[in-house]
Amino acid sequence: MARNPVTWLGSPTFPKAAHEALADTQLRQNLRKATGTIRGRRAAAVGEMTDWEQLRVAGEQIKDDVLSRLDTLLLQLEESVTARGGVVHWARDAEEANKIVLDLCRAENAREVVKVKSMATAEIGLNEALEAGGVHAIETDLAELIVQLGDDRPSHILVPAIHRNRSEIREIFQRRMGVEVSDEPADLAEAARVYLREKFLTAKVAISGANFAVADSGSIVVLESEGNGRMCLTLPETLITVMGIEKLVPTWQDLEVFLQLLPRSSTAERMNPYTSVWTGVTPGDGPQRFHLVLIDNGRTATLEDSVGRQALRCIRCSACLNVCPVYERTGGQSYGSVYPGPIGAILTPQLVGDMHDPQAASLPFASSLCGACFEVCPVRIDIPSVLTHLRAEAVEAKGRTAESVAMAAAAWVFREASRYEKAQKAGSLARFLARDGRITSLPWPGSKWTASRDVPAPPSESFRAWWRKNRG
Amino acid sequence: MRVALFATCLTDTFFPETARAVVRLLERLGCSVEFPLDQTCCGQMHFNTGYREHSKPLARKYTDVFGDYDHVVAPSGSCAGMVREVHPTLGESPPRTFELAEFLVDVLGVTDVGAWFPHRVTYHPTCHSLRMLGVGDKPLALLRAVKALDLVELPDSTHCCGFGGTFAVKNAETSTAMLADKMTSVLSTGAEVLSAGDNSCLMHIGGGLSRLRTGVRPVHLAEILASTEEDPWLATR
Repeated sequence: MARNPVTWLGSPTFPKAAHEALADTQLRQNLRKATGTIRGRRAAAVGEMTDWEQLRVAGEQIKDDVLSRLDTLLLQLEESVTARGGVVHWARDAEEANKIVLDLCRAENAREVVKVKSMATAEIGLNEALEAGGVHAIETDLAELIVQLGDDRPSHILVPAIHRNRSEIREIFQRRMGVEVSDEPADLAEAARVYLREKFLTAKVAISGANFAVADSGSIVVLESEGNGRMCLTLPETLITVMGIEKLVPTWQDLEVFLQLLPRSSTAERMNPYTSVWTGVTPGDGPQRFHLVLIDNGRTATLEDSVGRQALRCIRCSACLNVCPVYERTGGQSYGSVYPGPIGAILTPQLVGDMHDPQAASLPFASSLCGACFEVCPVRIDIPSVLTHLRAEAVEAKGRTAESVAMAAAAWVFREASRYEKAQKAGSLARFLARDGRITSLPWPGSKWTASRDVPAPPSESFRAWWRKNRG
Repeated sequence: MRVALFATCLTDTFFPETARAVVRLLERLGCSVEFPLDQTCCGQMHFNTGYREHSKPLARKYTDVFGDYDHVVAPSGSCAGMVREVHPTLGESPPRTFELAEFLVDVLGVTDVGAWFPHRVTYHPTCHSLRMLGVGDKPLALLRAVKALDLVELPDSTHCCGFGGTFAVKNAETSTAMLADKMTSVLSTGAEVLSAGDNSCLMHIGGGLSRLRTGVRPVHLAEILASTEEDPWLATR
């Protein structure tokens, strides 16, 4: 099987990538400002809701129900989409999905296609696969366009160009669109609008992802904020939607929960600006050919893991990224995947499905386990618990290391109070390394701590020694 | 009330003054404190670093050592969280274990513990006490009742300090970047004392404050609450 393009080829492990990112002062400044702003706005939007916790529980339960009977719901979806004139395709992995989409574009003789922002197509590396097959895909979401024109990679699920500020965007637009433009947001948006308008009106094929698919009606739902999606979903003759198999909800009514949870969590809006829904093909209205490509790409394997499978509840709101103290400082590209941040740290390694891959195996460790992500997750994914679960898998895959030997020794010491006490006494000798009560330099791996932090000198008498002397 | 003290391995080894303060405080409030000498570690470091199997016998041991007590108190939100939230997933039914502030407020029903601490203090609510245990503003209620204490609000107080156990070593640079922002917040308050309910986080932030010779001292909440006019807290290090 070909490698899963959910991680970018050649990406370094997280600590190495973070080393570079932390030194990028512009990135740090952009992210601090952007995540700080959106954190505050989300908190306000969520704070208005008296039933937010009930909504979260409902979201969790609906998604868990879907995951528990995914096989039958998917067949139901296929049936309803087909009955309404759509064509359903099944893809086991990225390679199969990309081939299906490329063949569909070729069948329409399309050399240029317009795209609605989609994580599923980014995950499978569709744009690159289409380009290699002679079909140019144009991203129409503003931030996605900035990334594409800048030959860049996304750094956020919702705002892929969050690492760019307006003067950088101005430079990219001037260089790639050949226009003079100021760095005023309105002017930049206008430049993109002019650039894209012609593409919308001439494209024969559009490609989208899906936020939700309703199993019983066959309806597909896309939420967006700019209206570019609405153009793509209505103007071209052919529409191809690429969707992960976990994006289902059983019934139309279930959407009410997610249409409240998603906008407030992701953009801090009370209601989503452009919500497009279509069901198969409607004669004389909108695209006359509709293809739905269902991709697995590691999801069935993820479903097998009783702890890890909750990552498949994710509705891609990115609230966890915005509150994550690690993400805020390293940015999204350090995760080496289209799925960055806390959700990326648990979803990416599972989709890769190989903990022997050092980059993927480094991701579950990219967290201080502070729990801010779990607190905001609209579908209550217990990200810290999945992180520790995946860390155990990573440790197991690595086998015997200096760390594993040290950990085994520490566990052996802790199992008996007498051994622990002896170790405590021996360790307290480290106080002789101290000056003025602090140790400023330790050998590796302690050096990783003392590079920026002192260690207090251990006292000559532990608490238990004191207790035994005075109370025992 | 009969109470068992779970000192935690870090406090037992590095910060005995905190455990002594818990004993002094709880006895002042009428508790009878016991310290079972067979206790060692809750297994959090192993569990959180991916060594789940090694953490199991330690969770077992915790149940064995403390199983007969109705109330176990730990001067750590993180270790109490490990016992309460994680030990059951390792097949244990641990005894009722409380972080110090929640034990004082919820079980003993006190916020004014009769403490006296004439210093300017800011308080960092540690992540696990905040998000695993839901301790909320109980520690602040306790601090507000301390005589002569000048409490200053810490900006962005709920942001993680970057410790995260072995995270501080495995992702040392990211951890340090988080620490830098936490120290900036602490220094902006003009406080001379940084308090928290976890010596692990305090060791991290304190390690940075010490390295930069900021003159701000980390002091565990228990030591502030144990301090009285008759028997005041004295800087021991």
